[in-house]
Amino acid sequence: MTTYIVRRLIQTVIMLVALSYVCFTLMALMPGDPVELMVQSNPHITSADVARLRSLYGLDQPSYVRYGNWVKTIASGELGYSRTYRIPISEFMPARLMNTFILSMASILVALLVSIPLGVYTALRPNTKFDYIVNFFAFAGISVPSFWLGIMLILIFSVFFGWFPAGGTTTAGIENSDIFTLTVDRLKYLILPTISLAYMEIGTFLRYTRSAMMESMRGDYIRTAKAKGLARKEIVWGHGFRNALLSLITIVTLSLSDVFSGALITETVFSYQGVGKLVYDATIGNDFNVAMVSFMISVGMVLLFSLIADILYAFADPRISYN
Amino acid sequence: MNDPVVSVRNLETTFSTRLGPFRAVNDVSYDIYRGETLGIVGESGCGKSVTSFSLMRLIEQPGRISRGQVFINGRDILLLSEHDMEAVRGGEMAIIFQEPMTALNPVLSIGHQINEQIMKHMRLPLNEARERGIEMLSLVGIPSPGDRYDTYPHQLSGGMRQRAMIAMALSCDPKILIADEPTTALDVTIQAQILELIQGLQEKLNMTVQFITHDLGVISEISDRTMVMYGGQTCEIAQTQELFLNPAHPYTEALIGSRPKFGHRSNRLQTIEGSVPAPHELPPGCPFFNRCHRAKDECRVNRPPLTQVKAGHSVACFFPVSH
Repeated sequence: MTTYIVRRLIQTVIMLVALSYVCFTLMALMPGDPVELMVQSNPHITSADVARLRSLYGLDQPSYVRYGNWVKTIASGELGYSRTYRIPISEFMPARLMNTFILSMASILVALLVSIPLGVYTALRPNTKFDYIVNFFAFAGISVPSFWLGIMLILIFSVFFGWFPAGGTTTAGIENSDIFTLTVDRLKYLILPTISLAYMEIGTFLRYTRSAMMESMRGDYIRTAKAKGLARKEIVWGHGFRNALLSLITIVTLSLSDVFSGALITETVFSYQGVGKLVYDATIGNDFNVAMVSFMISVGMVLLFSLIADILYAFADPRISYN
Repeated sequence: MNDPVVSVRNLETTFSTRLGPFRAVNDVSYDIYRGETLGIVGESGCGKSVTSFSLMRLIEQPGRISRGQVFINGRDILLLSEHDMEAVRGGEMAIIFQEPMTALNPVLSIGHQINEQIMKHMRLPLNEARERGIEMLSLVGIPSPGDRYDTYPHQLSGGMRQRAMIAMALSCDPKILIADEPTTALDVTIQAQILELIQGLQEKLNMTVQFITHDLGVISEISDRTMVMYGGQTCEIAQTQELFLNPAHPYTEALIGSRPKFGHRSNRLQTIEGSVPAPHELPPGCPFFNRCHRAKDECRVNRPPLTQVKAGHSVACFFPVSH
């Protein structure tokens, strides 16, 4: 097992390096560069100035040389400087990542808490009225565009009822209040975007739980468990759900790998200060350093969580061994 | 003769299908006496497995026991609540299934699966349950039971799995054992071992056994009395030796006649003309009517009742074979 994990970690690092090169090259292929953004607002600039600026920032060099420079800087622990915000990335990125992390974790937790019991319940009573209703809403969750859902939530709960703020992350000017007030304030801002994100995840998780559970409850071992005299609850959770868990591991861990990537549309609709919008702006605005750091985090998380999923498999399914 | 341990009266198990309800078990009655082995023999789909599942109330939707009584030690278990039934299953009576490959839960250890049952019925603490489980594994002849206890089903061979299954079934001292084709999925040599094991344990633990098979050779070896089933109904029931020597039902006679005989080399094996009618095409009269060479008009319309032809030998036929 340890050998397997070490080998996978080495593979992960190699993948990270390769993908970082691909991302970097793709960014370099995009039209425009930071210098263009800098000079747009200056009508007096000459083409000689532009060329001088380009060579000052190293933008006249081929992309692989620039990639080399970037790796050197990253390796020294320096994340670089954002051209859009004009401050080092390390100064604003962690807070943004934290906001996104809180939102994603909250929505995944809510989604799991709702979809697993509902998925199991409907799997045990397929094709009943309740099953149809739940499935209708699950499919709605999968199909409804996130911007529409977000706007509807704002219209209903902020504009009409006025229960929650329409957008933002915290109320301005309360930074010095006690921890309790701050938490309540954060929660108020968190609820609508969490519902919006969770609703879509509930659709996916629920469908997976339901089908995995139906499959597992058809197994012969369920009849054996019943013949042993186990109670319904013990059969459903100890045997049925225990086996359905195997297919749920993939979908849940892959969702977890998104916790730092941010949900662009939901964050934008709710003006939530996460990384989703940041990455989008950075990519469009040629803010290389910010975009690369975010890419690396997203890619790294996907690789890391697929490793975690594989390790979890080995624990959940004794038939899988990595030796 | 002593009182019957198992007494089935007019059992009827119905499955609702698209083509309407179909009776997999149709008005079946029989007794099994203490310490005796009753063999139930018949072709695939004759209702022998459904009969055994009905005895443990293991019939799942869309099937249900629609009529009849099942007395276990004088108590009609069809009247028990689901909760009281849990104490009967695996406690008073146990079952061994046909497929040891799928009947065990692949992701739980053998020990855990035996444990569940022991802790449920015998209310032993974990360490004592473990001791009992290991004792059971050694009773069924599994080598180094202490190590096997912690292995998973996929690490055992088919024969070993069936032994583990038997250990599990017998772990709480059931007085009644239902064996549903326990040797069908195994090699011939393993088959013989498992049969011997069941017979040995039956004597040792003084159990009453209902043994289901389609294999006449197995039946003649293991059962004291034998019941022949066809189309969900009882054709004939008698002492095994009597049944083989003087079969009274044309179906029993044909069944015995279709066994290849050692030393008699003929070019063709004897077969029964035609095939088992589909469940919804069963004639209103005798189910064997369309394949029977003795059938008369009466057989098509009226169902022959089970009548005694000799002491302990009953047959459901208007024109039984006489010897």
